Order: sequence, then C-alpha cells, then structure tokens
Amino acid sequence: MKLALINLLPTTAKVPFIRVRFMALGLSALVLLFSLFEFANVGINFGIDFRGGIQAEVETSNNTTTEDLRTLATSLDLGDPRVQGAGNSDPERQTFLVSLPLQPGEGMEGEQANQTARQALQEALASVEGLELRGTTVIGGAVSRELIFTGFTAIGVALFLMLIYIWFRFEWQYSVGAIVALIHDVIATVGMFSVTQMTFDLATVAAILTIVGYSMNDTVVVYDRIRENLRKYKKMPLADVLNLSINDTLSRTILTSATTLVALISLYLIGGASLQGFAFAMIWGVLIGTYSSIFVAAPLLLFTNVQREGTQSGA
Amino acid sequence: MLYFGRWKLLSIILVVLLGILYTVPNMVPEEERYTISDIDGSREARGIWRWLPSRTINLGLDLQGGSHIVFEVDMDEVRTAQLEGLAADSRQTLRNEQLLPRSVSVIGDEVVVLMIRPEQRDQALEQLQTLNGPVTTEFGGPSLAQMYRMAADPNDPGAIRITVTDEQFAAIKNRTLSQAITVIRRRIDGLGTTDPTIARSGEDRVLVQVPGAEDPQEIIDLVGTQAALSFHMVDSTIDPGPNGQARTPPGRTIYPVANTQPVQYLAVETRQLLTGENLTNSNVTTHPSYSGPVVGFRFDTQGALVFGDVTANNRGRQFAIVLDGEIISAPRINEPILGGSGVIGGGYTYETASQLVILLNAGALPATLTPVVQYTVTPSLGHDQIESGKLAIIIGFALVIVFMLAAYGVFGAFSVAALLVNVVLILGGLSGLGMTLTLPGIAGIILTIGMAVDANVLIFERIREESLNGRTPANAIQAGYERALAAILDANVTTFIAAAVLYLLGAGPVRGFAVTLGIGIITSVFTAFVFSRLLAVLWLRGFKPKQLPI
Repeated sequence: MKLALINLLPTTAKVPFIRVRFMALGLSALVLLFSLFEFANVGINFGIDFRGGIQAEVETSNNTTTEDLRTLATSLDLGDPRVQGAGNSDPERQTFLVSLPLQPGEGMEGEQANQTARQALQEALASVEGLELRGTTVIGGAVSRELIFTGFTAIGVALFLMLIYIWFRFEWQYSVGAIVALIHDVIATVGMFSVTQMTFDLATVAAILTIVGYSMNDTVVVYDRIRENLRKYKKMPLADVLNLSINDTLSRTILTSATTLVALISLYLIGGASLQGFAFAMIWGVLIGTYSSIFVAAPLLLFTNVQREGTQSGA
Repeated sequence: MLYFGRWKLLSIILVVLLGILYTVPNMVPEEERYTISDIDGSREARGIWRWLPSRTINLGLDLQGGSHIVFEVDMDEVRTAQLEGLAADSRQTLRNEQLLPRSVSVIGDEVVVLMIRPEQRDQALEQLQTLNGPVTTEFGGPSLAQMYRMAADPNDPGAIRITVTDEQFAAIKNRTLSQAITVIRRRIDGLGTTDPTIARSGEDRVLVQVPGAEDPQEIIDLVGTQAALSFHMVDSTIDPGPNGQARTPPGRTIYPVANTQPVQYLAVETRQLLTGENLTNSNVTTHPSYSGPVVGFRFDTQGALVFGDVTANNRGRQFAIVLDGEIISAPRINEPILGGSGVIGGGYTYETASQLVILLNAGALPATLTPVVQYTVTPSLGHDQIESGKLAIIIGFALVIVFMLAAYGVFGAFSVAALLVNVVLILGGLSGLGMTLTLPGIAGIILTIGMAVDANVLIFERIREESLNGRTPANAIQAGYERALAAILDANVTTFIAAAVLYLLGAGPVRGFAVTLGIGIITSVFTAFVFSRLLAVLWLRGFKPKQLPI
C-alpha cells in the first residue's frame, strides 16, 4: 500500500537548487541585514532572566484586563511595570505576567529592595478579586548579568565546538560553509525575536543552542552525501554534484523537518504558557536551519572551492 | 549488519526490559509501591517492589510547586569582620610587648598599624608576625599556610600594612559557606518539610529548594535571619537619647528594643557575657510572669556557671538579650539564676516563638545572607504544567506515528516501535539515574520524539535507494544500515555537543532540557540503529519478502 505522501516525495527529485543560489544567498543577505537592523533599532524584549527584576504570574477568572493590572502595579510606585497576557488552555481563565524592574540600591541593598517590592506586589495582587497568584520570580541585578554572560558564552562555545568537530570530520572548505550557515541561523533567529518582540529568555538560549545542533545535523547529512558523490562521480561538475546530493537527501530533509515541526507545534499549542517562547523559537529555527543547509551551506562549497579526494595536496 | 549473535540479542532485550522496569513505577501510585510510616513519613518498598526498581522520576519545582531561592553570603562583611578581628589581635599583641601603636585601623582591604615611635617598627613587625603562626619552617623556608602578608610602609616610617592573603581569604569564604549551609539545613529541617535541597552554588551562594512552599517569604525570613544572640549588662547610667543617637563612651553600645512603639533604646555594655553558642536547647513553653507563650532556653555547663555568677553579682540590675542588633528581652535580675536556664518572653505568638526556637536551636549564621534569585511556583501551577506537558507529549507522539506510518508503511511501524522504546528508555533513564524532570525537560522529550525518527529516516531512505538500484531486500537493508551509520553519528554528535554545552553552562530548569535532550540522543541512536535493525532483520527472516514495501 502506497500512500499519497510517498508520491509527494519523489526519490529522484531534480530540483535545481544550485541554479538559484545567487537568489537564495541574496535573500539570506537581505534577511540578515534586516535582522541586524531590527536588532539595532528595536532591540530584543529580554525576559526576566536577563533583565532582572520581579515577576508574578497570575490567573484570573473574570474580566480583569492588562490595564487594570498595570494601574494596580503602577500605584505601588516601584518603577514602570510591565503586564503581559499569556496563553491559557482554559478559555474561561486568563494568565498574566506582571513584572517590576530591578529596584534601586547598591549590591545587597538592591537585592533586599527587590524582595520588599516582591512582597508589596504579592500583597497588592492578593487584594484583586478572582485572582490567583501562581508563582513569583525575582532575579537580582548581578545574577541577571551573569545569566546574560553565560547565555551568550554558551552560544559562542557551542558554535566553536561545532567548528572543531566539522573540521575534524571534513576539510576546511566544509567547515566554513557550515559555520556561515549556523551564524546565519542564529542571526535570523535573533532578528525574528526583534521583529516579533517575543520574550527572549534562558529558554530561548536553549532553543538557539538546539537550533544550532539541529541545523548542523542537517548540514552534515548533506555534506556527507556531497563527499560520497564527489568520490562516486569523479567527472561530474561540482555544481551538479551539489545539486544531486541535495536532491538525494531531500526527502529525508523534508520528513525529518516535518516530524520535528509536528512535535514542536504540539508543544506550542498545548505545552502551556512557559514553553511557548521556546517552541516558537524552535519552530522558526527548524525552518531556517533546513533552509540554510540547502541554500546556504551547500552552495557556499562552490565558493570555497571544495577539493576532490585524490586531487588535493596533502591531508 | 544483518546477523545478531545470541549475546547481542540478549543484551538488546535486557536493555529494553530494564527501560521498562524503571519506567513502570511512574505509572503506579505511591501507596501501591511503598508502606508509608505514619510516624516519620519514611517509606519502605512493599510487595514485589522490594525486588523491582521502585523509584520514580524526580519532578522539578516547576512541576511539583515550591520555592527555589539562592542566597548570597555577604563576603565583604566577612572580609571586614576578619580585618577587624585582625586589628584587635594586632593591638593586643603589641600591647603585650609594650610596643604602643598610635592607631590600628582598617583601611580598605588592609589593617594599618601606626607606631608612636617609628624606631619600634621593626620590633613590632617581628611581634606581629607571630599572628601568622610559625612563619618559617625548621629549614627556614616559608610556611605553607601564610595567613597574613605584612610589610613596613616605605613611604611612612611608622606604618605597617597587613593584608589577608588570597589563599587565606578563600579558605575563610569556604568555611563561612560550609557553616552557613549547616545552619540553614538545621533551620529548614526544623520546618519539617519533605526533601528540601540545600546546596552550595558557586563561591559565595547557597541554593535552597523547598518543595511545596507557596510563600517564599517564610523561607526568606527563616534563612535570611542571622540569629546572632548575645547577652549584655544594661548600663542604666547612660541616657540613650530619644533616637538612640546619644554619644556613647567606649565599651557601651545603644540598641533599639524590639516591639516598642515609639521605638525605645537602651545602652548596654558592648562586652558579651554569653552568646548563642552557649545555648544547648530551646523550646516554646509558658511562664507565670508572661501571658503568652515564651521561649525557654538552657545554657551549656560553662554558660550556666557564667550566668550564675553574673546574676549573683548584679542583683537588681537589668541585662539585655540582643538578637541581630535588637534587644528582644531586658529582664531585671531579682535573684541569682543558678540552674542554667531562663526564658525570653513578651509579645510572642505561638508562631513567632516557634520561629525563634528554630533559629536558636540551629545556631547563628556566620554572615548575612541575602536572596538574589527567588523562583516560586504554586503546586496548582506545577500540576497544570505537568498535565499540559503530558498532553503535548502524547499528541506530538501520535502525530509523528501517523507521519511515519504514512511515509514508510511496514518500516514505519518498525520506527514507531523504536520510538516507543526510545521514550521508555528516556523515562527509565531519568528514573534510574535519579535525574530531575523539569518543564524544559518535557520540551526536550517532545523535541527528541520529533528528531529521533531522523536516524530511521536516514536509514530507510538509504534502503529505498539501494532497493531502487536493484539490490535484493536483504542486501538493500544491509547496505542501508551500513551507509547511514556515518551520517547518523555525525548528526547526533552535533546535537549532543549543543546539549552538553547547555548542561555545563546552563542554569536552573534549562539544565533539565539538556538532560532529557542528551539522554534522548543516546537512546535514539540505540533504538534506531540497534533496535529497529533487529526488527527489520526478524521481519526479513519471517516473511522472506521478494520486494521491499518501501
């Protein structure tokens, strides 16, 4: 029994990916420029992890609005509050995140002030009818700076280790292509968070690291095939080998991306408010990672002039 | 690739069985698995669970509710206290040798000793070196444990500068943190909550996790209080002034009196007669002189002697009990108290008295602790999060199954079986290794389900290709597994690197994501490459197909 899906994914596809490389690279360049522009101009909406401060998660069963909560939080006179609605699987109820900025004060004094502010916020929220306090978070100034530092170090370290790994497994021409593709993915994700103003927190960093791993995974599969085909078809022009290899692995690429996306969409829709940002970043990352393996990582090999085994000197 | 020896087969079955054995306890209610003691809540495995793994997955605080608080020890305060102690010791040492300093003061990170007569400086320096303990070994080499570095100031003929060495300060920090953890543990244990975690976090922080705690303030009050207790004689000849701002002669200190409106002040002798260290046991009790509950305490032998002497010699005077810079009690001595016990009373409720008892019994913290991170989730939110996580896993899994069956038919079924075993191994692994499952951890499981089929897809695509190239089914399967291996390993190593970096550098719940992702990668390589291959081989033997349905 053959199902329709199989026929949608021909085993011998001949899509001319490489022919559109200039268009694809141009598009990527545009996306990256736009991402950097948005990042510089609008910036990222950092979550409580990186911003520091006080946050309370509340659930209401009546028509309490963002405005009501903002008025309440403003009346505490503890800095400019933010109130954000979040998804709730129960349509009768609403979830809100109410946050206050880091409280002024040097060192431990500021940390104490944060706790006092948290208590004040907690008490004020408790007075609202039909409101249930579901959790509080306080991140001190020093800790939030540490988290930013470790978060970005983690991304840097992961990229570096990927570079080392790919360098061991393939020749340098491949590593350049792979790393450019990864940086492409990271910048495009940061750009996406600038455009949508989704909250960027520790979970987003986790998502970016996973995207890096996933995109690398995709790239490696294509590269593996390129290397194999270069050995197999010694006379075929490089562009044709690249195109053939992408097509060879195309149905695998599509299927894996599809199953991963399906799982992530389930997470996005059902997994609850706390995981939505993570799922969103991952969905975008899988799309961009798949795109970059085909349209960035592979065509770049044409520019780095990848060597065929037997013809290269040394190594 | 197609041949499985007996031992190989057995070990595959064993791994899968172990996975199942470790997963099953998670589906059986706790009462079925354990006899829970009514007296102390301790658990003992019962029935067949005595012979089987009975442990379940630890749920993170975000899934069971509770408070996660990181306290920072004020190391500046510790350093200052250290330097002040050093200054006092230096003064004493010099006095003992009749070498009179003009001043001994703490300036920044140093103790500066100024001699009245500069020509005494070398002699003073020599005497001060004794504070370092034996500075030279028998052979004249430097001692290993230099506590202080001291030197004559080249620009000031009468000055000596002393600093605490970095090694010594590191040792002090270390000791302070260990002491703090011990005291915190005793205090939290006094609360009687189940399974609290108290652990060191970095150089100067302590992590406290209390499952089930809904209000972090309770824990902050309990842990953030230093509880330094001391006993002093009151000096009623000094008027503390309306705001306690009066100038005091040396050796006298003014403290506010707790629970007074407007705040009253008393001047006391700075010298501590006794401290909290001298207490052996405290409890909540009643006393005829007070209406509410009081805190009863008992001194150790030495404390009882001192207290007996003091009370015998100071009849009619007042003494003060000072807790963290506040006078909590200032009774008048009516008669000598020789039994070594007493009460602190006045204005306590049962709760506040119990809290003080916990603090006194646990002892004082060596320094001030301030919360720098606080994360609290109510049990109801935790419950909702785990339920929605479960649902997301089930639905994600179901959709992936549909996809794989649609794309690969029979082989799709192998990969679904492999995926099922994969999830079982992840859950079993988490239970068996005693790992903690957090909300991001659930995300890691869902992601693994989505990505784990990748290895299967790589293999099946290869098999399909080889089959189209005209190979026999057995040959095609053989070649498919063989050729896909390199790509599978490469691909998984990269994701594993990402998970490892996240685990090593990540903080808090995000680490849980790295754990499930990491375990998931290992199990998915096993299930795709070993388990699904076994299924394919068994199928090949059983059905002997002429053509691959792929």
